[in-house]
Amino acid sequence: MSLPEELLYSEEHEWIKKEGDQVRIGITDFAQAELGDIVFVELPEVGDELEADEPFGSVESVKTVSELYAPLSGKVVEVNEELEDNPEYVNESPYENAWMVVLEPADDSEFDDLLSAEQYAAVIDED
Amino acid sequence: MSDLKRTPLFPEYEKLGAKTIDFGGWDLPVQFTSIKQEHQITRTKAGLFDVSHMGEIVVQGDKSLDFLQKMTTNDVAKLTPGRAHYTFMCYENGGVVDDFLIYMISENNYFLVVNAANTDKDYEWLNKHNDYEDADVSITNVTADYVQLALQGPRAENILQTMTDTNLREIKFFRFNDQVKFAGITETAIVSRTGYTGEDGFEIYISKSSGRDLWTAVLKAGKNQGLEPIGLGARDTLRFEANLALYGQELSQDITPIEAGLSFAVKVNKEADFIGKTVLKDQVENGPNRKSVNIEMIDKGIPRHGYEVFKGEENIGFVTSGTQSPTLEKNIGMALVKSEFAQEGTELYVQVRKRTLKAVVVKSPFYKREK
Repeated sequence: MSLPEELLYSEEHEWIKKEGDQVRIGITDFAQAELGDIVFVELPEVGDELEADEPFGSVESVKTVSELYAPLSGKVVEVNEELEDNPEYVNESPYENAWMVVLEPADDSEFDDLLSAEQYAAVIDED
Repeated sequence: MSDLKRTPLFPEYEKLGAKTIDFGGWDLPVQFTSIKQEHQITRTKAGLFDVSHMGEIVVQGDKSLDFLQKMTTNDVAKLTPGRAHYTFMCYENGGVVDDFLIYMISENNYFLVVNAANTDKDYEWLNKHNDYEDADVSITNVTADYVQLALQGPRAENILQTMTDTNLREIKFFRFNDQVKFAGITETAIVSRTGYTGEDGFEIYISKSSGRDLWTAVLKAGKNQGLEPIGLGARDTLRFEANLALYGQELSQDITPIEAGLSFAVKVNKEADFIGKTVLKDQVENGPNRKSVNIEMIDKGIPRHGYEVFKGEENIGFVTSGTQSPTLEKNIGMALVKSEFAQEGTELYVQVRKRTLKAVVVKSPFYKREK
């Protein structure tokens, strides 16, 4: 189970990478392993405003649909279009090729609710 | 997790690293490695499934034929020892109590293989309608006595043949041998050429005391042929591509076998009256109001069980099963729709969560193996 130290995490199994004023978001290695073969990814559009804890898209495995919950509020500035044709990236490369969106966070105080790698490890241990 | 039932093979799939889930109260493997990979292995080589959660009910006695003729839709009089058939047990309104196989072991001795989640309901339903003396019709739930394995795929016969002197070629489709002896296995087994994947293969019933030995022996015998253990996730995608109905989705107490397109197992002209006959006969003769159709998505999205189907503003039905087909790599589904929209080529819309996506009715089955 890969859990890069330099990333932040949400309890809904997303990772968040700070890149200057923006954040890049995807789902964790733990999440992809739980879901199994991902066959479809539905993402928002550039310009959409996301609200923290609200669904902003979904990933579908062969068996089920899982909602993606926004770890932070903010405006979508980039979407990974490659996932449309290559949903398997989510399984193969959850932290690199399968990034999902880049956000401009709207409220810096929301970062306080995110987890460190260590804290997230404790969350998945409970599951 | 401790409340979940386990089959005798649970320790074996734990060893193999299976991911298990709660499946109708049973702790069963959903996958061993990956659903897509396991699906492909079964289509091209062979897969071994533990389906011991399936229920087995024995119906015996001098009046067992009469009783089963009353309880089920297929014509039990057509069975002979060594043959099995697919059938339904219905309510008066034509809705389905369960769909299952009946094996005729010998005269007045039938072996019913029913859906796991329906076993208790079936047993009670059968007993409730048994007006015969015990000596004439006895009904026994023997589920706990058996391990059931399914060996499916183009290499299934070759693999199983290395383990027995019984000539498996002689077991034709929907026939069985109930005295098959496997090398190194204490008990004999019932082996039928049946399955739930759309591939050639066998279902094997053996006393639970020999179950683990048989599982291990089959895996070993098939190792150099690419045989792998397969979970319920792939079992579902395999049966779905082959258009094999799943109780709770294509069939239910609110959906008749005729609506589901399975009239081949409903013999409305058999002499005996059976429960549900009036409604089912009317649907056969006049056509049902709803029909099960295969759909393929035109817009991007995956149809799922329960999603509503529209034509313009009109709600015309719902999706019964759907996924991305691992074999066809298309987003496909089965839907129960008003009969006027069931023709091939009809365009309709599936409500996929917030989006309304275009789909088209296509022919059935999605997948048929090359013989």
